[in-house]
Amino acid sequence: MDDFLIRAGIAGLLVAALAGPLGAFVVWRRMAYFGATLSHSALLGIALGLLMGVAPLFGVVAVGIVVALMLGFGNRGGKAGVLSEDTLLGIMAHGTLAVGLVVISFMDDVRFGLMGYLFGDILAVGTGDLYVLFGGSVVVLLALAVLWRPLLAATVNEELARVEGVPVAAVRIGYMVLLAVTVALAMKIVGILLVTSLLIIPAAAARWHSRTPEQMAVLAALVGGVSVLGGLAASYIVDTPSGPSIVVVALVLFVLARAMATVTR
Amino acid sequence: MSDDYLIKADGIEVSIGGRRILSHADARVGAGEIVTLIGPNGAGKTTLLRVMLGLMSADRGTVQRRAELTIGYMPQKLVLDPALPLTVNGFLGLGIPRGDTGHGRRLAVLDEVGAGLVADSPIGDISGGEMQRVLMARALLREPDLLVLDEPVQGVDVVGQADLYALIRHIRDDRGCAVLMVSHDLHVVMAATDRVICLNQHVCCAGHPETVSRHPEFVSMFGENVAAELAVYHHRHDHDHDVHGDVVPHHDHDHDHEDYSHG
Repeated sequence: MDDFLIRAGIAGLLVAALAGPLGAFVVWRRMAYFGATLSHSALLGIALGLLMGVAPLFGVVAVGIVVALMLGFGNRGGKAGVLSEDTLLGIMAHGTLAVGLVVISFMDDVRFGLMGYLFGDILAVGTGDLYVLFGGSVVVLLALAVLWRPLLAATVNEELARVEGVPVAAVRIGYMVLLAVTVALAMKIVGILLVTSLLIIPAAAARWHSRTPEQMAVLAALVGGVSVLGGLAASYIVDTPSGPSIVVVALVLFVLARAMATVTR
Repeated sequence: MSDDYLIKADGIEVSIGGRRILSHADARVGAGEIVTLIGPNGAGKTTLLRVMLGLMSADRGTVQRRAELTIGYMPQKLVLDPALPLTVNGFLGLGIPRGDTGHGRRLAVLDEVGAGLVADSPIGDISGGEMQRVLMARALLREPDLLVLDEPVQGVDVVGQADLYALIRHIRDDRGCAVLMVSHDLHVVMAATDRVICLNQHVCCAGHPETVSRHPEFVSMFGENVAAELAVYHHRHDHDHDVHGDVVPHHDHDHDHEDYSHG
């Protein structure tokens, strides 16, 4: 097998292992639109990264964390409180995407694969990318393990968790930051426009076949892993675009999971 | 009453959106005491409770807690997103510190509140009454000094309500923890309470249930009939009847309630 294919497979599995548990929380906390906002803002991060001559990944992580903190702290009461979270997310998502595109249009000298960023380019993952991805995955998963119980308690009922001594606000912001990092890491695989799907679809497919949150997180990672490998195979054999192929496989698995839930009931 | 309290709120003032919810509200709970906040809808009962729990900050006033006070809180209702798969057992484990989550202990407490059968059920599949008991189990697993219950019998039928109040009393007698609860269900709750705080933005009156039920402000708030009915209910031989058979209170009864100045 070709080296680039092996690298792509490893990268995809790492991202699936991250997206499973983090995506489960996206589904439980109804943060799908927040995930989309983070991924849209990634384009601005890429543009800023290129402008300042650092790796686009760092630009994406930085912008994602800023967005997470703004939404985590900013939407608290006062005059700003009259607009719904939903509206603010919409403004943020498309505002950052548009600013990112405008900034990029000024950079004639940069050979820039916009399509690769929008839809992912898993086959172009290099050895260096793999190291970054591996390190990032380990850090995010360790942090999530620490955060798991308080985050789950706060997700089930925020007030109950607060009375029981969980630092709810800190835990929420911590999770948003982890999600921002995950989006940045996953971007290379499925692209900005499809990142949210890798968070949501495997977790949703896992729901019907899980009795505990932990089962759902692990099952989501497995569904994600199968999607990545299936999409890669399709891309290699039939020469379809890799990012969309991965999402299509995830979608098929979702439909199958739904059908199985009906049959076994 | 002595200064020996678990939790004490003084002069609490809260306005939300320019509307005064609470003014000069006071409340305190002593060790082993069952205290109930009553009052009409919108009287600020839940608001006062939330301020005392630290879920909300007051514009004015102070809340003091005894050092290292462990609170078990039972919210009014808990709606779980069905996308989150969780068994009753898993839910109970979330309320107690890691490493202190023995399966046997959880089962024992579930049995104590009469919900032992649902331990392994998905939490979305249990009834409203079972949910209340599971919430109580979660609060009790923390071995609280103070149990705080917000409308503990909401959505429970009348028989179930009496059972729940009996259970609350039983828990207090068994464990010696104090109870602070909110209720607008006068009849049952008055019987299960040591001290009533009658709230309508400020504290109208407070004291033993039978004393409060004869307090003029209580009577004007809930109406002659309710007040009289409660007085009969709690105190058959402590009132007179007029010639029409209506209840009239004694004029010379001893007050043991505290008087509050109205702000």
